[in-house]
Amino acid sequence: MRLPKSLILGAAITAIMVGAAVLSRVWTPADPTAMNIVARLQAPDAAHWFGTDPIGRDVLSIIMAGAWTSLGIAMLATAIGGAAGTLLGVTAAARGGRAERLVMGFNGVLFAFPPILSAILLGALMGPGAVTAITAIGVFMVPVFARISRAAAIQIWARDYISAARMAGKNDIRITAEHVLPNILPQIIVQLAIQTGLAILSEAGLSFLGMGVSPPTPSWGRMLSESQTYLAAAPHLVLAPGLAIAVTVLGLNLLGDGLRDLTDPRRGQAG
Amino acid sequence: MTPSPSRIRRLAGAALMLLVTSLVIFLLIEAAPGDPAEIMLGTSAQADTLAALRDQLGLDRPLMVRYLAWLGGVVTGNMGQSYTYGVPVAGLIAERMLVTLPLTLMATLLAVGVSVPLGVMAAARQGRAGDGLATVFAQMGIAVPNFWIGLLLILVFALKLGWFPVGGFPGWGDAGWGDAGWGAISALILPAVALAIPQAAVLTRVTRAAVLDVAAEDFIRTARAKGLSRHRALWRHTVPNALLPVVTMLGLQIPFLISGAVLVENVFSLPGIGTLAYQALSQRDLIVVQNVVLLFAAIVLAVNAGTDALYARLDPRLKARQ
Repeated sequence: MRLPKSLILGAAITAIMVGAAVLSRVWTPADPTAMNIVARLQAPDAAHWFGTDPIGRDVLSIIMAGAWTSLGIAMLATAIGGAAGTLLGVTAAARGGRAERLVMGFNGVLFAFPPILSAILLGALMGPGAVTAITAIGVFMVPVFARISRAAAIQIWARDYISAARMAGKNDIRITAEHVLPNILPQIIVQLAIQTGLAILSEAGLSFLGMGVSPPTPSWGRMLSESQTYLAAAPHLVLAPGLAIAVTVLGLNLLGDGLRDLTDPRRGQAG
Repeated sequence: MTPSPSRIRRLAGAALMLLVTSLVIFLLIEAAPGDPAEIMLGTSAQADTLAALRDQLGLDRPLMVRYLAWLGGVVTGNMGQSYTYGVPVAGLIAERMLVTLPLTLMATLLAVGVSVPLGVMAAARQGRAGDGLATVFAQMGIAVPNFWIGLLLILVFALKLGWFPVGGFPGWGDAGWGDAGWGAISALILPAVALAIPQAAVLTRVTRAAVLDVAAEDFIRTARAKGLSRHRALWRHTVPNALLPVVTMLGLQIPFLISGAVLVENVFSLPGIGTLAYQALSQRDLIVVQNVVLLFAAIVLAVNAGTDALYARLDPRLKARQ
């Protein structure tokens, strides 16, 4: 079987970014916190591939350390929101009736809170930080996964083997665990990849506004926010973190598209 | 025409969701630390002055009474006084709307204006170079953060070329179409482009996929068999039928449009609603936060309810299923 091109490219990009994030825990080209005022705002060269920032830190090292923050928050938020949303979605599909309407109404309410709005609300309550960011992004993932898993689960529930399982005396919970969840898993995995990409964009936006992790923890969004002052003098400060975000999100999107092509070739490029 | 039961149920559902949303917002803000009276008067205020102000603001009343009073106020346009600006919140929001509304409208028009023709073109040339370019644009556009696009636009078109202002908003003047009108519009062009690009990317993808879906249907084959040219079949039959998913996606994108507006307004220092909410948070002007968040959430809920209704109207198959 031939693997879709987008899958290979997406997996490669994602692997590189995740690899850089993990590597940053043990090694970076320079200490991402080491200041060197003499070598401030240097354009990219052999010693500093992505140049240096306003206090002379190595931008590549901060980008690598920032990858850990961005990917970590995005993955945690997506995993938590995805698990909660999927649970709600399959429950709605299994129970139907009032439970289903309740879940969909709850979804509608959560959908009214885009990450930045939640972050503004939660920021009022508990201040900025990783927990605020993860909660704000995760909340918005719940309705997304609930909608997708409900639609997918309803299709599974209509299959003949579900009737057979019912006749064998299995209850809703067992049928959901043994038949529905494994069968909708491919669609959930596709969404996990794509939504992690969106979560990275959200995390960057929150950090940009100062509602993400607090300094000195590096983050791509805050690097961009700090670069604004030096836009004309040091454009490399704007380019590097933005490219890091864009490439990571692109990789995750391609990975998601590729996985979709692999698991459901009929849908191809659709939606 | 009497409203159908399904329409009434949908409306009631939307109203209930809005009510729950307002309660969530109210409770979260209530739980937030900070005494409004202290924020308004400063930490050096006398205890009895603070108590008097608390009494005046109605902060001593029970939680439920305050919630209902707030809701009643929102309905009648009295959202209370900003703690830091000392002016009515409703007026503050209305003033900032004059920036955010034109900004989001310009961005949406731009996004639709680019993405629909591009998506149709890509579908019509499926597999060829034009399609490839459109797909690359769509993939890139979805991946880039709009505030980064904003920074790059400032770098190129404001700092290097000097065609547009770096940021800020001169105001609409007397709302005439003189220099003031142009100044205001030119201050919104770069932000609108930054906001539009990710939207356009998503919509291009959806348009392309929808056109391909419809083009594969029997009635298009029939139209072609009856002698309609490929071009006429595309624009007369395929595209109109493919617009439904595009409209739906436009509705689903509203939360991202709102988030994007907050970020882009920040990049361009535009005094819009997003900036208002963000500054209010840092100044702990929570009554402003509370009302702005409700406004945004209400817009998302209303657009979603509207999209659902439109969908049911435009697609008779959905009506039959209800």
